[in-house]
Amino acid sequence: MEYHSPASFAEASALAANSTGITRFLAGGTDVLVQLRSDLVAPDTLIDIKKINGVGDITRNADGSWTLGVAATGAEMSEHPDLGREWPGIVEAMDMIGSTQVQGRATLTGNLCNGSPAADSVPAMVAAGVTVIATGPDGDREVRVEDIPTGPGKTSLAKGELISAVNIPARGDMAGDAYLRFIPRTEMDIAVVGVGVSLRLDGDIVTEARVALGAVAPTVLLVGDCAAAIIGSPLDDTALNALAAAASAACNPIDDKRGTVAFRTEVAGVLAKRAAKIAYARAKGEKI
Amino acid sequence: MALDDRKSEFSFVGTRPNRPDGLDKVTGRAKFGADITAPGMLHGAILRSPHAHARIVKIDTSKAEAHKDVKAVITRADFAEVPFRPGLEGEFWNVLENVMAGEKALYDGHAVAAVAATTALAARDALKLIAVDYEVLPHVTDVDKAMAPDAPVIRDGAADYSVPAGMHPNVVRYHESGHGDVEAGFAEADLVIEDSFATEATHQGYIEPHACLGAMGSDGKGELWCTTQGHWIAQKTCAALLGIETSQLRVTASEIGGGFGGKTTVFIEPVALALSRKANRPVKIVMTRSEVFRATGPTASASMDVKIGMKKDGTIAAAQGVFRLQGGAFPGAPGDMTAMCAFAPYNLSNVRQIGYDVMSNRPKQAAYRAPGAPMGAFAVESVIDELCKKLGLDPIEVRLKNAAHEGTRASYGPRFERIGLVETLEAAKAHPHYAAPLKPGQGRGISCGFWFNHGGETSVSLALSEDGSAQLMVGTPDVGGSRASMALMAAEVLGIPYENIRVTIADTATLGYNDVSHGSRVTYASGLATIEAARHAVEKLCERAASKWDIPVEAVKWDNGCAVPSGPNAGTFEPLPLADITAEMGATGGPISGHFEATPEGAGVSFGTHIVDAEVDPETGKTSIIRYTVIQDAGKAIHPTYVEGQYQGGAAQGIGWALNEEYIYGDDGRLQNSIFLDYRIPVASDLPMIDTVIVEVPNPGHPFGVRGVGETGIVPPLAAIANAVSHAAGVRMRQLPMSPPRILAALKDNG
Amino acid sequence: MSKLHVSTTVNGDAVEYLCDPRETLLDCLRDKLNLTGSKEGCGTGDCGACSVTVDGRLICSCLMLGAEAEGKEIETVEGIADGDVLHPLQKKMIEYAALQCGICTPGILVAAKSLLEKNPDPSEEETRYWLAGNLCRCTGYDKIIRAVMDTAADLREAS
Repeated sequence: MEYHSPASFAEASALAANSTGITRFLAGGTDVLVQLRSDLVAPDTLIDIKKINGVGDITRNADGSWTLGVAATGAEMSEHPDLGREWPGIVEAMDMIGSTQVQGRATLTGNLCNGSPAADSVPAMVAAGVTVIATGPDGDREVRVEDIPTGPGKTSLAKGELISAVNIPARGDMAGDAYLRFIPRTEMDIAVVGVGVSLRLDGDIVTEARVALGAVAPTVLLVGDCAAAIIGSPLDDTALNALAAAASAACNPIDDKRGTVAFRTEVAGVLAKRAAKIAYARAKGEKI
Repeated sequence: MALDDRKSEFSFVGTRPNRPDGLDKVTGRAKFGADITAPGMLHGAILRSPHAHARIVKIDTSKAEAHKDVKAVITRADFAEVPFRPGLEGEFWNVLENVMAGEKALYDGHAVAAVAATTALAARDALKLIAVDYEVLPHVTDVDKAMAPDAPVIRDGAADYSVPAGMHPNVVRYHESGHGDVEAGFAEADLVIEDSFATEATHQGYIEPHACLGAMGSDGKGELWCTTQGHWIAQKTCAALLGIETSQLRVTASEIGGGFGGKTTVFIEPVALALSRKANRPVKIVMTRSEVFRATGPTASASMDVKIGMKKDGTIAAAQGVFRLQGGAFPGAPGDMTAMCAFAPYNLSNVRQIGYDVMSNRPKQAAYRAPGAPMGAFAVESVIDELCKKLGLDPIEVRLKNAAHEGTRASYGPRFERIGLVETLEAAKAHPHYAAPLKPGQGRGISCGFWFNHGGETSVSLALSEDGSAQLMVGTPDVGGSRASMALMAAEVLGIPYENIRVTIADTATLGYNDVSHGSRVTYASGLATIEAARHAVEKLCERAASKWDIPVEAVKWDNGCAVPSGPNAGTFEPLPLADITAEMGATGGPISGHFEATPEGAGVSFGTHIVDAEVDPETGKTSIIRYTVIQDAGKAIHPTYVEGQYQGGAAQGIGWALNEEYIYGDDGRLQNSIFLDYRIPVASDLPMIDTVIVEVPNPGHPFGVRGVGETGIVPPLAAIANAVSHAAGVRMRQLPMSPPRILAALKDNG
Repeated sequence: MSKLHVSTTVNGDAVEYLCDPRETLLDCLRDKLNLTGSKEGCGTGDCGACSVTVDGRLICSCLMLGAEAEGKEIETVEGIADGDVLHPLQKKMIEYAALQCGICTPGILVAAKSLLEKNPDPSEEETRYWLAGNLCRCTGYDKIIRAVMDTAADLREAS
């Protein structure tokens, strides 16, 4: 295996474009190293992007949107004084991944590019409408997060393409997001079901909503029916029950070591309700 | 040991000093299995079967052998031939067959070949150059399916004489015991409940993977360093598998990073030695976590039917149980232990228990903390709980009413000597936990548990130094602070400070034979041996004093670290401190040492009672443990802090077993969850503080009254938690682990 | 396959090693620098026995390549004591018998020290969650949590 630590994304992209065999980019490495050591994925070329300037930055832009460097860690996101106030759902989703130790290394981009349907940060990012910049031999393109994963372990990134920045939209007023996942323990597990909700209110009424489900299909799902179930409602029981039904209906899960089809389908609805209530309370300015 | 010999007043025993190896353990200085190197050392790696059951048609190692970094490649052919002897006598053959597959790979992860190379990466890469042709065979991994008429046969002829005619060849041992007339008893009962239960296999889950460093010379002499619960058994087994004399192999036990029964046998040690013999260089092997899960001993899985009849006043009229245990591709599942322990807490007129040892295509089971007992207790104590509920009786009162006591004929045969079950139940009843209010969605469970405890072959040697300090050599690896307990017991007898005693785990060349650290035997048996070795030294100290004073030795007694005249008639002499005697020992007759070699037989059985509160989320089936109290009889707690630690550790492992830990096999017979991410042992945020109550009902078989405490603590949790969860959820849980999907499904089934 | 030359700082000492690009920081600490206090319990970042800090950040050294250590400041369990003076956490771990076998202890110490540096007054819940990535199979965590929280209380009193 060759190890490179290029100084720019263009150089990283060129290295990847010209490499043969299996290429992996290394940010936090919390998935790449596990796969490497277990021979699950044995890269011929490993490109460490952490020497590139600015990859650890977390920046609030003038318009209220955010740009996160691709090597900004979960710990740095959690410690940021403002990011978690505006986007608590994204920060808590990232924070759920692994241990304190893993948080010291793991990144949003790595979580996304690993391509796991159970990635915790991805439903939160999809719900939030996050986009990423993909840098390739032909330059940059902006891609919605939901368009990156194409199946377990697979992404839409072309050879030589890598993500160079994460863009979180401006939060704006009367809005909140939340992410909940189900795991059998309290920590250290992969999501059996994950639900991200982001919504905006006008008074008590939900006017905008995005709901994303994780670990219930080959990729994270953005479920329009879930959003439709709560938009226009004050998130009353009728809306919540419709939300739960829509979430369960959208599930296309598998039976595996982490959960059953029936369990995932049922719990997706339960968590959708709970996450929506938290997002709603946050939109109202409550601290949860 | 005579009863009148037993001490009840102590100076050192019962105090809580810092452990002797504390500094090493908190500074990173302690040397565990993987922490050693040797000049010229190679690294070994093992190729493992990806199939649950397959005939090994051919192994081509030529490409691996040709690799520039590879110094040796071995297969089964490189081990000494051990004649195949079916049945109990064939355990060496079983271990060899497990260490390196012969004609067939018997489970996913079964070793088939190994290499030694100049680096660990090179060894791992070289495994990919070995080509194995497998003929895949039908497999079975479930205990009930393994007993069914159409089940694939793991190995014909493995069953012993105990198995009734007509059983499937995968049933290899049968146990039946009990007394009275259960049918008559059931007829007298006011309520009879019969139910079926299942538990999945769990792994001991020690955090330190198996690791060793072996060196074999062409002169037939060998050295082995390994993490083990017993280095003499490693010595004996490796020597047998390699065809060398036992005494020519010296084994040193490293510090051990947890064992819980799983490090009582060998896996990689004979492989490292065989590689070393072929390469003529030392070879180190360290397992990956995945290898630990796939190829070292988990506990058995179980399928059980229990029937208990109770009178309206709570008297158990009759009890019977059938316990089917699956122990992997070799004989050894503790179906007999499960059967014998299941009803042991109770004074029963009519009881019958049957245990089966069943083979399947899983790794060879190994002992895990009170092997076999937790499963049986889960089934029995669940049925008792259901009977209490249906009859409107208090679960502690019912257990007190039926509790075994001194003189009770045990369900497995003998009469109990002095035991402490009633005391633990009384303590539970009086504990604030039992009366604390519960919130909606919470439930409380209690359970009793029993374990035999064990004595075992034991050697201890104690040598006094000229300056009056003492070195104590024991042969039972210190798995949880036992060096502190040994030093306390030696200090108690010698009357010198705890700090003046250096305790060493001796290697196999410097002490006589010792059984492994298992059966909760260390504080009991090595402790007894330490006391006797110290007394032996004290006898010699008294002889030197008698000689100095020119009085008969009978006129000298040992008091508080000094020789003193035994009474006014003995004469008037100033007390002679130990250090004054040892200072002159070279000139007064030579070195003063004490030793002890025997097999102590009075281990003294142990009981515990646990109280647990659980909360179940009715929408997701997720369980939280809210409060936990362990009450257990220690006989005499030598170092109470470490006794508490054993109680807490047993409870925590039981919580894992009850809620989330399980071996998950796919339809292909391969283990699905071979890393800690998916084999879910409890993490710090999963658990509450675990309260403990140490009950002390002295064991008549130990000079200080010690009973082993290591294992009993894992017997009650499965049932106690199942009872708590069943009350919280309003539905009886009969299968472990009670994972959220199972609880949610049970809630749905219950409407 | 050529090896990489790495210069880094471990427990204040400037060190150098040559590593294969596939070798982890843990491999390099243990096998090249002979600092065997950090343990490999899983190799997948799930047990925390290999915990170290890199530039002050708590990580699993099994999830970082040796090559990535170039120019970093690494602290391991071997650097916690000040010469022959134990860190209060080390003393308290012994006093509370917060270890049985001791294999998880180095990782627990590194992680707990990192916690107390960030949060001198952690609640029981915060302590438990911070240490959730440090598996202990022996103790049930009770005495570990008590030792860490009691150390925190002592340090607050002393400051």
